[in-house]
Amino acid sequence: MADTAAASTFVERAHKVLGNTKLRGNFRRAMDGLMAKRAAQFADIAAWKSLRARGAAAKRRVLARLPELLEQLEANCTANGITVHWAETTHEANSIVLKILQDHDARTIVKGKSMVSEEMHLNAFLQKHGIEAIESDLGEYIIQLAGEAPSHIVMPCIHKNKGEIAELFTRHIDGQPYTEDVAELTDAARRVLRSRFAAADAGLSGVNFAVAETGTLVLVENEGNGRLSTTLPPLHIAVMGIEKLAEKLEDIPPLLSLLTRSATGQGITTYVNMITSPRKAGEKDGPQEVHLVLLDNGRSRVYADDQLRDTLRCIRCGACMNHCPVYARVGGHTYNAVYPGPIGKILTPQLDGIAVAGDLPHACTLCNACVEICPVNIPIADIMVRLRREAVHPSDSPAVMGAGCKHTATEAAVWAGWKKMYASPALYRMGARMMQRFGNMMPGGMPLLKEWTSVRTRPVFAKKTLHELAKEQGYSDV
Amino acid sequence: MTPASAYPVPPKPDTVYYFGTCLVDLFYPDAGLAGMDLLRREGLKVVFPQNQTCCGQPARNTGMYEEARAVARTQFKAFPNPWPIIVPSGSCAGMMRMHYPDLFAGEPDQAEAEAFASRVYELTWFLVHVLDIQLKDKGEPLTVTWHGSCHSVREMGVTDEPKELLRRLSNVTLVENPREKECCGFGGTFAVRMPEVSGAMVTDKVVSIEGTGAAQMVTGDCGCLMNISGAMGKSGSPVKARHIAEFLKERTHG
Amino acid sequence: MSEDARARILSRLRAAPPAAAPDRPDWQPPRFGDQRMARFRTMLESWRAEVHDTTAAAWPDTLAGILATKLAGKNSRTVVYAPGTATGKTLADAWAGREDAPALVPYTEPVESFKSVLVQQADAGVTGTVAGIAETGTLVLWPGADEPRLMSLLPPVHVAVVAASSVRDSMAEVVAEQGWKDRMPTNVVLVSGPSKTADIEQTLAFGVHGPKELVVLVVTDA
Repeated sequence: MADTAAASTFVERAHKVLGNTKLRGNFRRAMDGLMAKRAAQFADIAAWKSLRARGAAAKRRVLARLPELLEQLEANCTANGITVHWAETTHEANSIVLKILQDHDARTIVKGKSMVSEEMHLNAFLQKHGIEAIESDLGEYIIQLAGEAPSHIVMPCIHKNKGEIAELFTRHIDGQPYTEDVAELTDAARRVLRSRFAAADAGLSGVNFAVAETGTLVLVENEGNGRLSTTLPPLHIAVMGIEKLAEKLEDIPPLLSLLTRSATGQGITTYVNMITSPRKAGEKDGPQEVHLVLLDNGRSRVYADDQLRDTLRCIRCGACMNHCPVYARVGGHTYNAVYPGPIGKILTPQLDGIAVAGDLPHACTLCNACVEICPVNIPIADIMVRLRREAVHPSDSPAVMGAGCKHTATEAAVWAGWKKMYASPALYRMGARMMQRFGNMMPGGMPLLKEWTSVRTRPVFAKKTLHELAKEQGYSDV
Repeated sequence: MTPASAYPVPPKPDTVYYFGTCLVDLFYPDAGLAGMDLLRREGLKVVFPQNQTCCGQPARNTGMYEEARAVARTQFKAFPNPWPIIVPSGSCAGMMRMHYPDLFAGEPDQAEAEAFASRVYELTWFLVHVLDIQLKDKGEPLTVTWHGSCHSVREMGVTDEPKELLRRLSNVTLVENPREKECCGFGGTFAVRMPEVSGAMVTDKVVSIEGTGAAQMVTGDCGCLMNISGAMGKSGSPVKARHIAEFLKERTHG
Repeated sequence: MSEDARARILSRLRAAPPAAAPDRPDWQPPRFGDQRMARFRTMLESWRAEVHDTTAAAWPDTLAGILATKLAGKNSRTVVYAPGTATGKTLADAWAGREDAPALVPYTEPVESFKSVLVQQADAGVTGTVAGIAETGTLVLWPGADEPRLMSLLPPVHVAVVAASSVRDSMAEVVAEQGWKDRMPTNVVLVSGPSKTADIEQTLAFGVHGPKELVVLVVTDA
């Protein structure tokens, strides 16, 4: 239909993956496992509903009070000795990080997992300025070696199997023999990264929740690289989106429980790291300085729309991609966006604009699998439809950049014709009779039918409509 | 059995409306008629307004709200009396029950839309909870599997009701598909906007159905039915795909 | 730049239509009653932690026995401990003069001069805990000037001493009972098992960055 240019890019990227049976197998296997593990965690439906209601309310409270909570967070962090920075754009955020690093003569930094730093394309930016950023999460390390982007926000190298990883390690790590033994591969990464940690000038991390009440940064992880990044180097820089707050410390237990169980089906991650200040007098370790960079990058614009605002409840568990039947087929890279899957399909067009990402909301069957499992109850499908609408029919909301840019006269005319027929019972009945008579004679190569019949037989128009059968069988009209 | 869905079970009425859906009208009228026959057999007067057309879902899902509203208003006019509206499709029922209130928010006829929405019931849910239909199986022993449509399951809260009906057939063995709730890839315009992705999804769906060993697949939505049976036909699958209304009627008609 | 950014972000947020903040609905974290200690142990073991029941008087002996096997064949047999904590003092007193016990190295210097011991030499680190959590099989560590952060992270074996009397049902209970919101320290760490990853084909592997092994000594007064 419309937006052929943009849609074709998703479609083209999807085409590559769909033809790659190995990659599709990797994704399918991984998603099946993750769905089963999550389901086991929430087998008690009443407990799930009550926990989800609590978590969703906590995040809705954050959004309702966002500006004052940001100020409270800043005040508490500052009082605790954490330096707070504000960035409207990713460029500003990159410049802030660079300035801090240059002030400390930092040449290498180790990174814990951070999707906001992906959003900033921080590594490439720092590299241009002579600073090496080393990803230390095993999955991120692997894709950094491969020169790729994450394909999943929680499990970045989920698209790779161990053979591919073994080859990468043999190529990039001195003296590393080829092995597909996962324990041995993990040990090799530990060896390499240990020395990088010990020598790093700074550590950089994301933030899962920043607690306004106490000025505490909460980070979850399984590997310990996040703790290392935020403890061993003398300088720690944390980057976060302005929406990733919790109002009170009492909100953290339910939110953590939702996050880890939804993400990987774990009751808790190995480590929950709660950072409230830099190293204090008398303490033997921990960074001397902690900086927190608050990134807007379009979030305050999204916030202006009371429906789209719900997108900002997201706690980045990734469960929506694990449960998305489209994601499971096409993988994360097909979205060509930092955030793939359902949340990416609604977040990316809002952050980057419809002109850039307008095809994403159409890469969805509106099956609601994501809505069913979202731990903070984001109405993903409704927002998806809203963004489809904004693409062709802009509202007066200023929240969506490029609204209306996918409007075409052809599509408008098609829908006007559709309306004319279906809003008029007489026209509809006449149209239906035409279809019965001539529909089955439509040439198979015509648009829509051609796509349909690529894997299916063509639908057959019945000889009589239900309207006619009902009348014949004596069913009353009134 | 307690309904999975949030809305209350109405008392058994004397008269119901039947909304056949446009897909049933053009492609599966026998399935539509079977649903009406089941309701009539339970002693209800079934009214089929000849002025009904489409629920408006294709337009709404594409973001064409005005067009969707115009078509919805045609249904308001066609179904004026306060009788329950029975729909042999979870997807169209979901559109009318769950989305009309949002679609008409702030419109002059918002109250009418909400009242209409509250009268909409998915067929199998109605057969189980309101009519508690008893089914006397007259067919040969048969193994079937069920495909629940996404909107039926996740919008209308209809999960076990159709399977309950299948279990009430003494000669029918229901084999559950471990991937029963996974989308078949239809998604309305999605199937033609992203044909290859949709094709991959329906191909996997067919594989999972064949994996159950069932001779027939039964479903309650004609979008899924057209998609899955089309893919089965193209790949030469031995499994036969049916709409549940037609299946139930056939099994109990003798 | 930052000041302007701050003002502009906050003013955009303030200009947005207001929304009412919903109340926090009732939610009760799970309760385990007399199954609490059993749950604590089962969950810890599910994370591949090694759990030993011992007593306040016997735990240093218990630990010496465990480490004798675990560290057999290691060159240094070095254990990092915190001499300023009750746990550290008990350990040092009990192991003083014992030939069979591993060598104890106190972590009393800043990390800048102690890094090589931690990164390359230490075989194990022994820490206390301020609570245990039964729901998730979790140890709550509250590092500080006397018990630095890295001793539970860099050595390949982390030994945690947890008082049975400090185990609670849930994190929510610990946070409320201990009044965390008014006294958050530099760092609090919740530990549930040894360091692990499933990044390669969802296959579990341990010790990717932190300890490969977690030994939990559950101490009762008797």
